[in-house]
Amino acid sequence: MRVKALFIRILRQIIRDKRTMALLIFAPILILTMLHLVFNGDDYVPKVGLVDIPEALEEQLHLDDADITKYTDEGTAKTDIEEKTIDGYIVFDKNVPSIVLEGSDPNVNGATMRWIQEAFKPLQPAGTASDLDIEYVHGSDEMGQFDYFGPVLLGFFIFFFVFLIAGVSFLRERTTGTLERLLSSPLRKWEIVVGYIVGFGIFTVIQSTIIVSFAIYVLGMLMEGAFIYVLLITLALSFTALTLGTLLSAFANNELQMIQFIPIVIVPQIFFSGLFNLETISEWLNWIGPFTPLYYAADALRNVMVRGAGWDEIYLNLLVLIGFSVFFVILNILALRKYRKI
Amino acid sequence: MSSHESIISIRNVSKAFGKQEVLKDISLDINKGEIFGLLGPSGAGKTTLVKMLIGLEIPNRGENFLFHEKMPSLKLIERVGYMAQSDALYGELTAKENLEFFGSLFGLKGKGLQARIHEVMEIVQLTEHLNKAVHNYSGGMKRRLSLAIALLHEPELLILDEPTVGIDPVLRKSIWDAFYELNAKGTTIIVTTHVMGEAEKCHRLALLRDGGLIAVGTPDELKENTNSSSIEEAFLVYGGVNA
Repeated sequence: MRVKALFIRILRQIIRDKRTMALLIFAPILILTMLHLVFNGDDYVPKVGLVDIPEALEEQLHLDDADITKYTDEGTAKTDIEEKTIDGYIVFDKNVPSIVLEGSDPNVNGATMRWIQEAFKPLQPAGTASDLDIEYVHGSDEMGQFDYFGPVLLGFFIFFFVFLIAGVSFLRERTTGTLERLLSSPLRKWEIVVGYIVGFGIFTVIQSTIIVSFAIYVLGMLMEGAFIYVLLITLALSFTALTLGTLLSAFANNELQMIQFIPIVIVPQIFFSGLFNLETISEWLNWIGPFTPLYYAADALRNVMVRGAGWDEIYLNLLVLIGFSVFFVILNILALRKYRKI
Repeated sequence: MSSHESIISIRNVSKAFGKQEVLKDISLDINKGEIFGLLGPSGAGKTTLVKMLIGLEIPNRGENFLFHEKMPSLKLIERVGYMAQSDALYGELTAKENLEFFGSLFGLKGKGLQARIHEVMEIVQLTEHLNKAVHNYSGGMKRRLSLAIALLHEPELLILDEPTVGIDPVLRKSIWDAFYELNAKGTTIIVTTHVMGEAEKCHRLALLRDGGLIAVGTPDELKENTNSSSIEEAFLVYGGVNA
């Protein structure tokens, strides 16, 4: 069978090219690990100064989880802020606290303010907002930013690397003349495209299994749904990436021109993938979202991994991804007509 | 040697890429069982002409017939072995894997495929390098492997675009010996070349210049008609340079 010969050849090429194989599997793992460490690292411990604090008050406050420095006059505290030894201080003027923050880093500001609110909780009358029990429909208060980003990034890396590798290998097929040789054999044009899809499909299943397992079992990414759905989504997404990559390689004359598609085709997809809240993207831009494959994959991945969704909630997204792939496959076959009309 | 039964018929074929005319009204018949040479400088349109015969280009005007059927046709492709100017090999794979891949595209498999692989590698004298990765091959070796692939499915018609470029004289002779041997078994061979000396080895020649066919005949006929001692001189006369 000709398609079988083609996908066996593609798999052999990938296996021979150790560096590319490493890129496809270890680069996403490396980046996910780094992101995990960046976003799920230890909580920031704010450094807070207390100026002229009455002893009676101090005993009532929760002063854990922060580096406390006590000052007797506001001037020294101010100097320390300038030298960045503290993030902010609280002045007690006749038992009324006022807060001064260093203020240049929003993350530090947030952490400091949250700590101050916690610290002053005992002073507030019982039954106010801060005492409310919070219930989570999905996720939990344990859920870190990484758990929310994770599914999107997982999809993104698979899309990015498959797009690049498939695009470049199809480009090489054109530039080395092997494509011409394929077309001077009885191989049908659709068989070339299908051979590529099957070859890279097999590899992507292995790639996704390794990356997704690593993210879930080693990095402890939140995983509420079924593993098989995650695989299905990444597989459908990689078909889209593959068919788009091979299609765009028709418009590139060399590897560098293939790389030039990254800022145009790949990077913008991140903005619409749900990494940023779509509702806050300006209106004259956010209509692009539904035209990007990553939008559907990221939505489905997040539904499965964070919200534990099943088949009913993801099949529409899968259908759209397969629709994209079919559309690109047809365009690929048309693009091959440039080389052989039949 | 040639039975005068036409195997290829090129009828009033013209081809232009944009405004640039590459082939101008070419009509040519190639007979079954001959070694036919397309001789001309680079840019004369040789490659475009052979690509049309294999179906990779479509003429703007005129028609091409292979085995009395109009090209392009997928059915006819199986009966032709084509070797392009570029080597078109997968460098990461071994010679054997390249041969296995292209062989199976033509429906060869199992023991038959392995037997053919050994036969063609014997012809191009690469048997000992069968399991070497192609990116370790020299230019000449790649050229020979590329030829081996074109021979793999025992085509009735071989179309070879500059088959001996970059191959040393000793090896070139052995490759031509292989051509004569295949030809003796009935294979029709079309060779393009810009080397005048190599043209003498063909049974019949077509001289191409600037997309036009300037003469067709056996090497001896071409020389006699122009009172030349070499094909090179004959080419100049037909080209109107020396007239």
